[in-house]
Amino acid sequence: MTSTDQKIEFSPENMQLVKRLMGEYPEGKHKSALLRILHIAQRQFGGWLSSDVMDYVAEVMNLKPIEVYEVATFYSMYFTKPTGKYVFDVCHTGPCAIEGAEKLCNHIEKRLGVKEGETTADGMFSWRGVECLGACGYAPMLQLGDSFREFLTPEKVDQLIEELKNKV
Amino acid sequence: MGRKLLIDKVNVPGIETYDVYRKEGGYRSVEKALKTMTPDEVVEEVKKSGLRGRGGAGFPTGMKWSFLAKPEGIPRYLVCNADESEPGTFKDRYLMEKIPHFLVEGMITSSYALGANTSYIYIRGEYMWVLHILEKAIAEAYANGFLGKNILGTGYNLDLHVTCGAGAYICGEETALLESLEGKRGNPRMKPPFPAVKGLWQSPTVVNNVETIAAVVPIVNDGGEEYAKIGIGKSTGTKLISACGNINKPGVYEIELGIPVEEFLYSDEYCGGIKNGKKLKACVPGGSSVPIIPHFLVCKTAKGEDRLMSYESLSDGGFATGSMLGSGGFIVYDEDQCVVRNTWNFARFYRHESCGQCSPCREGTGWMEKVLYKIETGHGQMEDIDLLWDIQRRIEGNTICPLGDAAAWPVAAAIRHFREEFEWHIKNPQLAQTKNYGLVAEKVFEMAQ
Repeated sequence: MTSTDQKIEFSPENMQLVKRLMGEYPEGKHKSALLRILHIAQRQFGGWLSSDVMDYVAEVMNLKPIEVYEVATFYSMYFTKPTGKYVFDVCHTGPCAIEGAEKLCNHIEKRLGVKEGETTADGMFSWRGVECLGACGYAPMLQLGDSFREFLTPEKVDQLIEELKNKV
Repeated sequence: MGRKLLIDKVNVPGIETYDVYRKEGGYRSVEKALKTMTPDEVVEEVKKSGLRGRGGAGFPTGMKWSFLAKPEGIPRYLVCNADESEPGTFKDRYLMEKIPHFLVEGMITSSYALGANTSYIYIRGEYMWVLHILEKAIAEAYANGFLGKNILGTGYNLDLHVTCGAGAYICGEETALLESLEGKRGNPRMKPPFPAVKGLWQSPTVVNNVETIAAVVPIVNDGGEEYAKIGIGKSTGTKLISACGNINKPGVYEIELGIPVEEFLYSDEYCGGIKNGKKLKACVPGGSSVPIIPHFLVCKTAKGEDRLMSYESLSDGGFATGSMLGSGGFIVYDEDQCVVRNTWNFARFYRHESCGQCSPCREGTGWMEKVLYKIETGHGQMEDIDLLWDIQRRIEGNTICPLGDAAAWPVAAAIRHFREEFEWHIKNPQLAQTKNYGLVAEKVFEMAQ
């Protein structure tokens, strides 16, 4: 599902949250809420930020579109291209590398049959190697949505993939 | 057993809730400060405690607080840096996840001391579930009269909000964090002006690490002098250390500053020794930015004294034979680890995280990554080692923010202590693909500055 298939409008709950977040800053400083609001937008509008979505966020926040684009392209958690429904962000920095992050990445690549940054044909999965996620003592690990999956093995990843497939 | 001031109650069932936290003595520091102390008296206690910033730089917190400008009619802000992203560091996450009210309490007491009426916690975007834990704790604090208007009937008002990043190591640097908190790209600012004068929205601002703010709670409860009795020399109090790598017991430990590194590394109370009975090869004691030290300099200094877990002892010998306490991200490497590969890995990290503002860092981090990759994959030449040394030397000190230094130091230290391993890689390109070099001999290479 891409953002063009649906009307771009925050759900009532999300709009309420967006308004609350903008209200957490002094008069005229509501741009501070942009990063959180982009997370909300990304989640609601198909897992990535199309230029239409970014324009919509700019409109809701009364910002210039460029102010949204420059933020969306700076931070690694925002996607400006479509991704799989589930994205595995596998930490591959130092401490995770010691514990076999590379093997894990190779396993995921083989298991999903797609290279880093690509999406499976059914649109279900993408994966990428990312830098330190702050779980160094629980390595190797990956981030999936809002959760961390820690002390991973190839078997545990296989199990995770099966679980997610069956969830549909 | 060392004293624990921050995480002694993490295992109390329900401690993440207000009711249990309060029953366990929580929010006493707010009551004490707001009802019986002036803001300046709180600052004075923090000065007496000798507390130093726990995010990595180790700057005295009381002094940082006293630099805060107080112009009439302009709001002041306290911002908590919860952007923990230094490889090897996962201590703040532990504290916030397990005992969120501790940080909320610290924020209230510290905000009062600084005269801030609005404060923010900026947490890295990847810790989104921790953000929700904190928001829940904050809502409970509002509901119980510890946040909002006229707190505890004292006339002090404070609003506390949480916001998040979206994946950028650079936002742990305080001016980049402020840019990000203003809803912009995380490009560090030129200093001066320092945040204490012009910070968030150009208003006077203090930015402190999670653990620093948490430490204010016991300092106010028991007094700065009591706090300063713990530790050694100018390393007072306790410190959270996140230990990882090839050890038996990775995890977060609260130590009294000044315990021997040997005890921390080998005793069952802490790391429990090297995993699988292997030998220690090297250690990065304070997060990926600090110099890696070879096995013979980990537990002893170059002078042959016991190395201690303190700011001074870990940096004893300077960068020639020492390292830094840094953020407390303690990474341990056993004899099977490859220093060239690890250095390449860290170089890739810094290349990815460079914001791109300053040429030495933007170009230099990528260049170092490429040269290191070349050596690691068997295509290196002897002059590459000197080239690496030259690049790191030209980055260090020549950038707006310390990310440049942080990228240069690991490369410099690896060459300084493990030059023969780099040479071995270059001389044995085939063998190095299947075998690791092992331990290095006990010598330090003289490097031209």
